[in-house]
Amino acid sequence: MTFALAMTALLADADPIGIAGERAICDRRGVLYFPELRLLTVSDLHLEKGSSLARRGTLIPPYDTGATLLRLQAVIADYQPAIVISLGDSFHDGGGAARMHSSFRERLETLMAGRDWFWVAGNHDPDAPADLPGETVRELAIGSLVFRHEPSAVRVEGEVSGHLHPCARIVQQGRSVRRRCFAGDGGRMIMPAFGAYTGSLNVLDRAYAGLFRRETLMAYMLGTERIFAISHAMLRPG
Amino acid sequence: MTEQPRLAEQNAAVRLPEPFLKWFAQRGWSPRAHQIELLATAQAGQSVLLIAPTGAGKTLAGFLPSLTELAGRPGGKPGQARRGIHTLYISPLKALAVDIERNLGKPVEEIGLSVTIETRTGDTPAHKRQRQKLAPPDILLTTPEQLALLIAAPDARRFFEDLRYVVLDELHSLVTSKRGHLLSLGLARLRSFVPGLQTIGLSATVAEPDELRRWLVSQNPPGCMAELIVVTGGAKPDISILDSEQHVPWAGHSARYATPEIYSEIKRHKTTLLFVNTRSQAELLFQELWRVNEDTLPIALHHGSLDVAQRRRVEKAMGENALRAIVATSTLDLGIDWGDVDLVVHVGAPKGASRLAQRIGRANHRMDEPSKAILIPANRFEVLECRAALDANYLGAQDTPPLVNGGLDVLAQHVLGCACGAPFHADALFEEVRTAAPYAELDRPTFDRVVDFVATGGYALKNYERYARIRLNKDGLWRVSNPRIAQQYRLNIGTIIEVPALNVRYVKGSASRGGRVLGKIEEAFLETLTHGDTFMFAGRVLRFEGIRDNECFVSNAPGSDAKVPYYGGGKFPLSTYLAEQVRIMLDDPQRWKKLPEQVADWLRFQADKSVLPKRDDLLIETFPRGNRYYLVAYPFEGRLAHQTLGMLLTRRLDRAGARPLGFVATDYALAIWSLADMGRMFRAKKPSLAALFDQDMLGDDLEAWLAGSWLLKRTFRNCALISGLIDKRHPGQEKSGRQVTVSTDLIYDVLRSHEPDHILLQATRADAATGLLDVSRLAEMLSRIKGRIVHKDLEQISPLAVPIMLEIGKMPVHGEADDTLLMDAATLVEEAMGTK
Repeated sequence: MTFALAMTALLADADPIGIAGERAICDRRGVLYFPELRLLTVSDLHLEKGSSLARRGTLIPPYDTGATLLRLQAVIADYQPAIVISLGDSFHDGGGAARMHSSFRERLETLMAGRDWFWVAGNHDPDAPADLPGETVRELAIGSLVFRHEPSAVRVEGEVSGHLHPCARIVQQGRSVRRRCFAGDGGRMIMPAFGAYTGSLNVLDRAYAGLFRRETLMAYMLGTERIFAISHAMLRPG
Repeated sequence: MTEQPRLAEQNAAVRLPEPFLKWFAQRGWSPRAHQIELLATAQAGQSVLLIAPTGAGKTLAGFLPSLTELAGRPGGKPGQARRGIHTLYISPLKALAVDIERNLGKPVEEIGLSVTIETRTGDTPAHKRQRQKLAPPDILLTTPEQLALLIAAPDARRFFEDLRYVVLDELHSLVTSKRGHLLSLGLARLRSFVPGLQTIGLSATVAEPDELRRWLVSQNPPGCMAELIVVTGGAKPDISILDSEQHVPWAGHSARYATPEIYSEIKRHKTTLLFVNTRSQAELLFQELWRVNEDTLPIALHHGSLDVAQRRRVEKAMGENALRAIVATSTLDLGIDWGDVDLVVHVGAPKGASRLAQRIGRANHRMDEPSKAILIPANRFEVLECRAALDANYLGAQDTPPLVNGGLDVLAQHVLGCACGAPFHADALFEEVRTAAPYAELDRPTFDRVVDFVATGGYALKNYERYARIRLNKDGLWRVSNPRIAQQYRLNIGTIIEVPALNVRYVKGSASRGGRVLGKIEEAFLETLTHGDTFMFAGRVLRFEGIRDNECFVSNAPGSDAKVPYYGGGKFPLSTYLAEQVRIMLDDPQRWKKLPEQVADWLRFQADKSVLPKRDDLLIETFPRGNRYYLVAYPFEGRLAHQTLGMLLTRRLDRAGARPLGFVATDYALAIWSLADMGRMFRAKKPSLAALFDQDMLGDDLEAWLAGSWLLKRTFRNCALISGLIDKRHPGQEKSGRQVTVSTDLIYDVLRSHEPDHILLQATRADAATGLLDVSRLAEMLSRIKGRIVHKDLEQISPLAVPIMLEIGKMPVHGEADDTLLMDAATLVEEAMGTK
């Protein structure tokens, strides 16, 4: 299959949505792609979270960085973006990049090669990752969009952010389903966390208070095969 | 085995010190034969297992060796070194330890012994624990968790240097769980501190006493056993099955039909203890009884989710004989002394013959008078099960589960605990661990992998060497790498994993924080509620108002009908023994005469319309109904095994093109429904039933299904918490449920795809085989029915199939939180928005 064909297949798979007039695809794997800009956004990779906890005696499996990079590799191979924005908390802590196993570092550098790569500063990783290419920025404006880690308290049209790790929950037939999700109201978008060990916070939690226009809030929940767009009225807390 | 009474009396005179004999005489009692026999055995330096029914004076027997020895001890002189603990008493329940303190304190005082007795539990204040370390009592009453804590303390060896006896109460209930595994390792540690240590196990009747006898002593040399003393007799209990005037329902668990008859029994007796299998049944029965309680008799409710203060009030009222009836779950199973109960009512089937016997033992705490019990089957299959249990009880048959090998997650916890106490040598610790019966078969490579796990997580990718929790020093000893590790360990000790639960609190109250707390309820149940739903809890019908700050807020609901039942399937699966007895009964029309007429009729109809399975056969019925096709199988192997079987069969049927839609499982049967005509497929041998039920389903299918199963994830979570992979609690903060540092589901996914042979996944699979999945029992069944499958392709539902067919739609279909539900929700939106 040629690249163009693969792209058509992918695009047909998901209905694009609009963010401040820009067309975007919410990919079920948790990345956001803007076809016109050939721009891929991923948020909250939290690389080296495993080793970060290990330093404090919680020896969880050291495979999270590898697992996260493998999944990232797959979406980058599919979309072949010209620009990649990692929307903050790319590493779980400031020393993460330096601790990364050399094999993972090489894998990451291969992914980055030939593209414009932006590390947006996050609260976990305010500084540029040690010895890695790419440009570290506090925030980034492209077209009518602005990319930053933490959603701003005042409403900004076209803002794409992360930080809150949104998930949503519905109850159907007496059963509860909770999934990570993109949360958007047409004006701003908060992305799900991508990292293998990242937890999530319900979009109805008070941490999101005032961020969205309630009437148009949609949760794009990540399914195993596709994205499910769920309206605000269907969502449950907890 | 047990001596003649007269001989015992002579012996008593020899064995018992004067003040004891006087004390017995003053009360007009004489020591019982088994008490003296136990004393003699202990004095001969042997460990011993005492099996006796309730009311046989087991507790006093267990303490006689200690008390006589302490009585003969010269008094301490000023300036003399303090004396350490002489006897350690371990019980599974805090409440039991407190109970014993009271019951033992009385004779000690009356005999005039200067013996100090104290409890040490999770409720003991810190200053008292500190004081106990400096000035230990002679007898310390405690729990397995507290023992693990004491062993992990740096002064453990010195603290226990004077220890003579360990008395283990309710041993039959301790040994079957991971708590028992941890306790066995703790005992091994104590034996290494004090080589001459003797153990005294007190137990109810079990199927395999030798397992417990081995458990009590060092397994070096292998196969050693404690001495055994069995007290038989006690009056035969007077058990009956309620022969109801009412129609016994086909299905369900409420036994609502029998409420008026239960109520009149309560009125006829002084104090009635009503046992049920689940908390939801307890709530329901309690509601029903109060609905008919015209005389407003004091009837109380007791189960593990209720607020502690509330439970204590009920227990106190019970002890003072202020209650006429108490509805209870297994929280009251164990040997707490319960006033003058003169009737036990068991609502729902008992699930095991031994369990029934132990519960009936609650009534009439005097062993020479018969206990009186009534069984109330909730549905027709339960009638058969009750009958089988009743027959077994008269035969004295026992069906306590066999002991399983010790968990590796528990071993990991113990290894870290040992290191927290003192540096250890791997060779020595390995030998010590193998003296514990559950770990007698542990091999060295596995042990080394556990030590490696404790040190650095035991991963193939050696990334964590610098973060090691324990390190091997040049002297060959493993040491904790920093004191913080030990502190963290102590916070996370134990093997009891609480399911994530939230406080249930009234909205209204004087303070802004809300009203009174009623108890705790599982998060998983609350997740299915929406605002305004009503449910039963703490004997009330409550309206769900919402969740705030990790508490569930409720108000009283008008009316008394709960919209959402508080679901909980039977906690225990039907025992293998009872299952077989039920199959035998079905096969033998002669025995139907003992059954209520309506139930016997039901079986005759079945024989007429279909067939009744022979005792070793598996009956499969297929029939159409509505626009679906049904397969109903009757393995009688318990809900867990049936659930696993259902998962595996649906996968296979799906591959064969039957398009299965779902299944339900009960303790007795399994029903699968599909779009294709399964009956015709089986007749055409596409596939044949033999192929469908072939044992090879336990290979690849099981593996593939297990991989993503929520059951395995739940099991993994327990292993991860027990092994110390992640912490239950951090210093200064209580973590619960989803707040655990990293979700264990995420860890499981990553570990399974990167290191499927990791020791913790190994431990998880071993647990699942006997636990939630009951694979071992399924395997036995599949081999039993090979070549013995009887297929009946029917035109309509059979009488035997009615009960399980009624469960369809009532029981939640357990499964992965699947995309189809999301699809439904999304479609609604798309329809509403006009986008599709």
